[in-house]
Amino acid sequence: MAAQAESGGATTDTYKEARTWLLMPAWLVLLVLSLAPVSMILIYSFLTKEFRGGVIWEFSLASYDQFFFDRGLFGDEAPQIEWTYITIFWRSIWQAGAATILSLIIGFPTAYFIATRSEKVRPIWVFLVTIPYWVNLLIRTVSMKFLLRDQGPLNDFLLSIGLIDSPIHIVNTNFAVQLGLFYSYLPFMVLPIYASVERYNFALSEAAADLYATKWVTLRRILLPAVKPGVIAGCILVFVPSLGSFLAPDLLGGAKNFMIGSLIEEQFKGNAGNWPFGAAASMILLTMVLIILIVFARRQAKAEKREG
Amino acid sequence: MKTLLKNTVAASAIAMSASVALADGKVVVYHWFEYMPQELVDKFTAETGIDVVMDTYDSNESMLASLKAGGIGTYDVSVPGDYMVKILANEGLLGTIAEGELANKGNIEAQWLDVDFDPGRKHSIPYQWGSTAFAVNRDVYQGDINTTDILFNPPAELRGKVNMLDSQGEVLAMASLHLGIPQCSTDRAQLKALDAMLQEAKTYWASFNSDTAKEVLVAGDAAAGMIYNGFSAKAREEGANVEYAFPKQGYIAWMDNVVLLKDAPNRDNALKFMDFLLDPENVATLTNWTQYSAGVKGVASLLDDALRTLPEANPPADAGPATFIEVCSEETQAIYDKIWTNVKK
Repeated sequence: MAAQAESGGATTDTYKEARTWLLMPAWLVLLVLSLAPVSMILIYSFLTKEFRGGVIWEFSLASYDQFFFDRGLFGDEAPQIEWTYITIFWRSIWQAGAATILSLIIGFPTAYFIATRSEKVRPIWVFLVTIPYWVNLLIRTVSMKFLLRDQGPLNDFLLSIGLIDSPIHIVNTNFAVQLGLFYSYLPFMVLPIYASVERYNFALSEAAADLYATKWVTLRRILLPAVKPGVIAGCILVFVPSLGSFLAPDLLGGAKNFMIGSLIEEQFKGNAGNWPFGAAASMILLTMVLIILIVFARRQAKAEKREG
Repeated sequence: MKTLLKNTVAASAIAMSASVALADGKVVVYHWFEYMPQELVDKFTAETGIDVVMDTYDSNESMLASLKAGGIGTYDVSVPGDYMVKILANEGLLGTIAEGELANKGNIEAQWLDVDFDPGRKHSIPYQWGSTAFAVNRDVYQGDINTTDILFNPPAELRGKVNMLDSQGEVLAMASLHLGIPQCSTDRAQLKALDAMLQEAKTYWASFNSDTAKEVLVAGDAAAGMIYNGFSAKAREEGANVEYAFPKQGYIAWMDNVVLLKDAPNRDNALKFMDFLLDPENVATLTNWTQYSAGVKGVASLLDDALRTLPEANPPADAGPATFIEVCSEETQAIYDKIWTNVKK
């Protein structure tokens, strides 16, 4: 670790004079594409809404008030805790979590399988995993609906082989949403795990076996800790986009209930939009994700310290 | 003094003739994307010698935005939807047509003459209209479908198989018709009843889909669905055994209208253009092309057979009234937003 840092320092020194200029693109990306939009959302969330979309430049806490306090249908009752949006957030977290676990269960063995093939065929397997993702997400999600619907091929097949008597109802359920999210983001789970398993020294597994460790113990005590960064990266990469997605909930879940993504989308479209509230909901989502990531990162850092 | 007066008259006469000459040139139309057949545009130019200059937009809101951002004084006419006519009028963006200025105004069908969004048709004329109600799969349910109970209190066969449009305006307007309460009601008891009714109705609904409203009926995901009349006709053409309902409680109508804009640079030509679009023969050409419905008398006999007898475009005599979606005030809209969030929470 220390050696790496030193050599890194030496490299930067070589470009000392030009460093400011060479870093410009990175700064530009950070400022223009990341900080500026987030600050805009933050500012908008504290403005007054304009009827039919847009904002009035007057400071207001109304959006956060709407999120956390329920004042009844007509807005004149004593404030109580507003459960509506908390329920919507909780539903999204739960769905995204289920999709992440599903991806992990399928993605980990897949990644392990690819990483244990010979070096020649590994790229082919990786290539095969990514092929479906050349197709637009919308089309993949719609196709999924075609496959799963009551009169779709899946149910037709199960009926024809006599496994079921009446079609399994999948479309417009929560399970369909989880399936859709899982399928949408599976490569984001497979690829980071594959990258860590590929670097894993399989001699360690053999050594464990020589020392009478069972396969389960080897997996849990040797392999998993070694590939943990890949697993965590994969989980974050699946969980975070799932949290904000609205395509799968709309198309596969029937849009019966708002998700975080569709709730925010609704605030920015049509006549009934409420931009500050949409911005506030985005900020709350952002804060939540940030907290989760910080907790993860802290624990990771602690664990590394302990091991290192 | 006399010469001065003479000169002024002469000057203004020259100025006027100049502006007439200019006016003979063109009419500037701000129109929906692909919403007028070229043959009709050519016919107008051939008959009047006026060139049609056309810019297009793809939503009422974007049209409003560009009119506010400097389009006024450039365009002569535009073609807003019903509620947008009212918004444009409230924003003071429309010119007024005096009585007698439109020779063909008498051709407008009586029911579209005194509409809520433009009482007395002072700014607009009908262009095309259509309706939004619902379609029912007749293989699944054979009973009476001309009632909003199909959506809000469905018979056992349809429970859990209803698709709704994912659109606050249309769903809440239809729900108001079902309860027989006015749109944009501010009566607390009525609003509470609306909220409670929707909470129960949503347990019968399978999904909210607007873009795929037709597809879910054709594929059989839904056995009844809120739908635009044109979509319902297409679902039937694609082989689904669906029937479009005109509920006795009423149904939702939309109408696009040609409006005269404020400060129209070619006002006379704009009026000629509007008169042209009130002539039954021209409207029939338009309607045969768009496949919607006309709001002008004497068109029916000139329509293609298929369109004239299309069940989705011809409400039966006992159908309820066609109702436009109303534009609520800000305070009222906030309550409707809350009811909608309650439906989908």
